[in-house]
Amino acid sequence: MRRQLPLTLCFIAGVFMAVQYFIPHWRVQDTYDRFLIWLQIIFAFAFLLGTVSLVKVHFHKIRNRAADRGYSWVVLAGLASMIGLGFFAPGHNDPGSPFDMMFQNVQVPIEATMFSLLAFYIASAAFRAFRARTLEATLLLIAACIVMLGRVPVGDLISERIPEATRWILTVPNLAAKRGIMIGVGLGMMATALKIVLGIERAWMGGGD
Amino acid sequence: MSESRRLLSVLFTRTGLVAAIVLALALSLCPCAVAQEAEEPVVEGAVAPIAPPTDLEAGDTPSDRGSSVTLTWTPSPDEETDRVLVYRVYRSSDPETGFEQVGRVAAGMTTYRDGGLIDGEQVFYRIVASDGETESPYAAVGPVASSPQWFNSRRANAMVGTIVFVIAIVYFVNAAKGGKELFIRRLAGLDEIDNAVGRATEMGKPILFISGLSGISDVATIAAINILGEVAKKTAEYNTRLIVPNADPIVMAVEQEVVKEAYAKVGRPDSYNEDDVFYLTRSQFAYVAGVNGIMVRQRPATILYMGMFYAESLVLAETGASVGSIQIAGTDAVTQLPFFITSCDYTLIGEELYAASAYLSREPVLLGGLKGQDIFKFIVGTLVLIAVVSATLAALGVTANDPITPLFVTGG
Amino acid sequence: MSWYDKLLQVDRRWIFLAIGVAVVVPFFAPLGLPVVVTDPVQGLYDAVESIPPNDKPLLLSIDYAPATLPELEPMAFAILRHAFRNDVNVIVMTLHPAGYGLAERAIRGIAEEMDQVEGEDYVFMGFSPGVSAPILGLGVAIRNVFPEDAYGTPLDEIPMMEGVRNYDDIPLAITLAGWSAAEAWIYYAREPYGQRVGAGVTAVMATDYYPYLNAGQLQGLLGGMRGAAEYEVLIEREGKGVLGMDSQSVIHLLIIILIVLGNVAYFAQRRAKRRAALEDA
Repeated sequence: MRRQLPLTLCFIAGVFMAVQYFIPHWRVQDTYDRFLIWLQIIFAFAFLLGTVSLVKVHFHKIRNRAADRGYSWVVLAGLASMIGLGFFAPGHNDPGSPFDMMFQNVQVPIEATMFSLLAFYIASAAFRAFRARTLEATLLLIAACIVMLGRVPVGDLISERIPEATRWILTVPNLAAKRGIMIGVGLGMMATALKIVLGIERAWMGGGD
Repeated sequence: MSESRRLLSVLFTRTGLVAAIVLALALSLCPCAVAQEAEEPVVEGAVAPIAPPTDLEAGDTPSDRGSSVTLTWTPSPDEETDRVLVYRVYRSSDPETGFEQVGRVAAGMTTYRDGGLIDGEQVFYRIVASDGETESPYAAVGPVASSPQWFNSRRANAMVGTIVFVIAIVYFVNAAKGGKELFIRRLAGLDEIDNAVGRATEMGKPILFISGLSGISDVATIAAINILGEVAKKTAEYNTRLIVPNADPIVMAVEQEVVKEAYAKVGRPDSYNEDDVFYLTRSQFAYVAGVNGIMVRQRPATILYMGMFYAESLVLAETGASVGSIQIAGTDAVTQLPFFITSCDYTLIGEELYAASAYLSREPVLLGGLKGQDIFKFIVGTLVLIAVVSATLAALGVTANDPITPLFVTGG
Repeated sequence: MSWYDKLLQVDRRWIFLAIGVAVVVPFFAPLGLPVVVTDPVQGLYDAVESIPPNDKPLLLSIDYAPATLPELEPMAFAILRHAFRNDVNVIVMTLHPAGYGLAERAIRGIAEEMDQVEGEDYVFMGFSPGVSAPILGLGVAIRNVFPEDAYGTPLDEIPMMEGVRNYDDIPLAITLAGWSAAEAWIYYAREPYGQRVGAGVTAVMATDYYPYLNAGQLQGLLGGMRGAAEYEVLIEREGKGVLGMDSQSVIHLLIIILIVLGNVAYFAQRRAKRRAALEDA
């Protein structure tokens, strides 16, 4: 029963979601709309689950005096302060409130900074790994240089052929390869979804067979 | 004739003559519509009314849930001179009276979909062209009633494709169950997992498994969980530590069960450490910072990236490379593949990730599903080729039109 | 140690320093390089331009997180300025939990700059959890997904929302996201409802969406900071997009130089090894 019930629910929901795509009648679509609202409610509850898990893990680390428990203190302090500011500070999360100021002046710059690390890592990866070892790698390098130049105003200044070549590379060979991969990925997703609905694939339940 | 009658006739005659002369003089001087009828009327500021749209038709919107009627028309000729700004649509349940505006569309549009109707109830429509201030005479149509349909005919081609796909999968799954040998080509990245686990065991360092940043509803995450199950069995056998940080609490809950089950299957349930499969954060780069910290502190011998990744892939992979780990990646995120291929030792591309569960377990049923998928891909490839040839011939003018490509367009 | 060995083993922190300098210097010494507008950006601009003034609203879904803010916020600013300049009402929403503050920041900032009135010229709906569910739900009824705006005002009490029921009353929906939100909008708004969709994405993701652009499933596409810069050129109001183009130009040149240097050193090292092997033989 513990395994049969989720499998049955999965089958019924999966078949319904597949079949409703072809049946526009309001009797079916109203049920589908109801499912979508339920999905939104479930997603909202997932946040609660995540917060409980986070607190549990870091609390254990502090209690067991784990080696890197200092980071756990930082996590819990950050969590508590943002929740406290959001619920109890004046203005809650309105613009200009302490919560909003923490978000705009701490979280936003920190996350933007982390993303900007990509620029540094791309440069070091390019220097370390982009080698013209084979003919294919050489072609790839030449294409990469043309695209890099074509995507910035410098390319337009050097020659108008560079942006044209960039557009061609991006929209013809690059796109052809991506479309091929996307078709394969799409079919793989369909097959995996079908196996899940039919109960052949059961990893999502946890615990394998 | 009596004197009075003679007098009256003279009077009228003379009066009439004088009146006629006066009238003639007056008419010659006065700009009168009767006198001017022979000339072109010149009235300053008068403009011809806007021409209405034509060929107005209304019908139940096809392949819909009901309560909707679609109108189509031929644009007003005055669109060509930019006199028309909008078309206004009016509706009534009576053909003559009670029309209220229900919508409007910009000039250039030739259809309007009216919703919120009661199925089966007949309605009438009028449509006018307007320049914003004045309206053209109306075009009328009706009666028409909306109704729901049980089948969306615009998606018939998708249905045919789905049925063929399901048949292919079911056929090969049954063939595999019946004992048929099914070939699957070598996937270097998955073969290497055994060596990677062995390396970690020899070095006494942990294995880090990152199952992507997507949720349980993403098929790539399901595929990653399948691989995690197989990896967990190996790490349980070799008693190597497996660290699995998660960006989604539901995925974390599933992965805890998967890893626990894997350890139990190999007979090492007490080696399972729940704290090693944990939730970090949902926030993308906060997760990256956390994982990078784990890499730098724990210095894992092997790092596995399996699932859906976004911009963080290069930051993770470069950090992993800097601590000297063997890295194996698998993702269906086409944008991130170049970064993984550059920074990792092995990469599973696209659907190779989905094939992992069949490849690692070698279960006949899963292999059969993989085979069915391949056959359908071959069918799709053949159809694409036929459509390309048809479209090319039409574009070159060799054939009058392309009859093949429209067959694959799926409507809303 | 020969020069090529030294070069190949250079500490990556020198590379990071070079990148840092390349990013910062152009902000203080701008090069003023001209930005040429491309068709995908022109397509989105034309789509926004075609919305009649004071009529149905534009839907702008600000789905990015702080991480991708440098690339995508200039797009949000430019699109909002364009819409408000043309007296087009705007509905702003977000599908990303961290996008709430950023969406609010964008709409309030630009609305104040251009004297737009909340409730009459724009409305901020806030965040809706899930991805497919709210996008599909908006096609049925906006009020099912957002019964009230982000501040608790019922939609029926907001003047600009009168007569705005679902996608039938929204001429264009634009999503700005650093994740697969644009695909979700295509799958769940464009395909089932025929809703016109435009997208702004990070530069690395832009090529993913060319198939949709070529197939007409997207009205237009802004890719990365370059896309934002092109849009700013079209609305004749330069912002952070144009400002960042000089830095991006210098960095791209620097990376090309690094690739060339790396390969020169690699081939020199390979030739030296072959020569040494021949001499040993």
